[in-house]
Amino acid sequence: MDALLSILYLVASVSFITGLKMLGSPKTARVGNLIAASGMGLAIAGTMFLYKGHDGQPLHNLEWILGALAVGTGIGWVMAMRVQMTAMPQMVSFFNGMGGACAAVISVMEYKAVGAAGMTFGSGLATVAGLVIGSVSFSGSIIAYLKLEGRMNDIRFAGQQFVNNGLLLVALALGGAIVAGVMSDMTMVMVLLAVALVFGILFVLPIGGADMPVVISLLNSFTGVAAACGGFLYDNMVMLIGGILVGSAGTLLTFVMTKAMNRSLANVLFTNFGGDGAGGGSGGGSGGAGGGSVREVSAADVAVMMAYGRQVVIVPGYGLAVAQAQHVCKQLQQELEEKGVTVKYAIHPVAGRMPGHMNVLLAEADVEYDKLVEMEEINPEFATTDVVIVVGANDVVNPAAKTDPTSPIYGMPILDVEDAKNVIVLKRSMKAGYAGIDNELFYRPNCSMLFGDAKASLTNLVNEVKAL
Amino acid sequence: MDPALLNALYLVILMIFLGVELIGHVPSVLHTPLMSGANAIHGVVIIGSIIVMGQATDTVSMVLGFVAVVLGTLNVVGGFVVTNRMLEMFKKKP
Repeated sequence: MDALLSILYLVASVSFITGLKMLGSPKTARVGNLIAASGMGLAIAGTMFLYKGHDGQPLHNLEWILGALAVGTGIGWVMAMRVQMTAMPQMVSFFNGMGGACAAVISVMEYKAVGAAGMTFGSGLATVAGLVIGSVSFSGSIIAYLKLEGRMNDIRFAGQQFVNNGLLLVALALGGAIVAGVMSDMTMVMVLLAVALVFGILFVLPIGGADMPVVISLLNSFTGVAAACGGFLYDNMVMLIGGILVGSAGTLLTFVMTKAMNRSLANVLFTNFGGDGAGGGSGGGSGGAGGGSVREVSAADVAVMMAYGRQVVIVPGYGLAVAQAQHVCKQLQQELEEKGVTVKYAIHPVAGRMPGHMNVLLAEADVEYDKLVEMEEINPEFATTDVVIVVGANDVVNPAAKTDPTSPIYGMPILDVEDAKNVIVLKRSMKAGYAGIDNELFYRPNCSMLFGDAKASLTNLVNEVKAL
Repeated sequence: MDPALLNALYLVILMIFLGVELIGHVPSVLHTPLMSGANAIHGVVIIGSIIVMGQATDTVSMVLGFVAVVLGTLNVVGGFVVTNRMLEMFKKKP
């Protein structure tokens, strides 16, 4: 290989490592992202103009490659710039799926060009692995995308786990047969492709929307591994390093997320949390009915409570994101601070649809970084908090996680908002949260409900506080 | 064992450790941007698509290759731009 290209790949690899490292701190994250992107640019340009195949020939079809790059850049750029902050998680999932599909197509082409006969055991394995992992990542990511977009519901059927395991076995057997050269014509490769695609779909279908972040993170690391397979195939160090780095970092990130929910990965993937929705929902419903009725409160009352309190804690959830209420939230914070009230935001690690979702959203509204307090830090403070405003969050403040061993969220660490003097829940209706279970918090004597769209309710609160 | 494969294996093991090390102590605020950034980095799969496209000779391969490069580019460009947009919000206000 060209020595210059090798050096470019090395620079790109270092930029990925540095970039990933810098993404881990708020101060350096932005620069880190740009560094990794520059490295990627170098690697792409270097490959186009310096790469030479085994036969010593440079790459052909450069005009077509440039055309494809232009098309992809145009579409990707527009999509990424136009997406709402609330829709970020599904956007990441979508782009992840594209990477997976890319890896799968590469494998198909490699098979078509070289054929099973021309492959060593190693390259055959890398091709088949890239095909299977890439396809699963693609179809799974698209399902995750559709679910988060709200265009698809969780689908579960009897024996689903059985079917999934069966498909996985078929894929493994078929893949093994292709690698071993037993059945290695193109038809078999296409069948394997189809099986892997179906498996990806069925794998994500039953998993509840609240668990999508974990699934996206897992599929993200899958695509990393699929990219690394390409690295093996072409002896390409930058693909190998980038792919494995993401595969390993993504896997760890997945575990960090499940840990924040106090669940195991297997529990997330196979127990269909929030699932048996009908049974869990009705059971919770009857429990709720026995628990008494909820209290409604007016915006004016809440405004007085807050303005004359010492500390107000806002608990944002997905409802805040849906209502695009982050700017009004910031306004409320400013009005209260002018009245000498301390305002903080309590961030549950899995609030919203992705860890860090709320931080990104509130940062968009210029909420100061140090106002966002993580769960462990804020929990002891609730006892001395006058008013907690829960904006569109539900499961992360459900005391059933601590008290009811039969609850599907039992054991998940939650924000102990029930310790505060007053809890005000901003909610559209009494509908259950994402996990599909009732929230006994709403029936507690120190809790009141302010019904309505989160944005409208917050705007009312701002006006009432102003008027005081 | 093939020395190239052995080298690759070394690299894989070291990168696994490095990846774990890099993510180890990240505040949960940054999990979403970090996942998004990692998502963009595995877009490096585009290199493979450029190579197969550059060696394609027949029409079917050309079409598949074109599709692969577009898909890879979407991953790379979309991934980095989305990450940048999220991180812009952490910018210190003057």
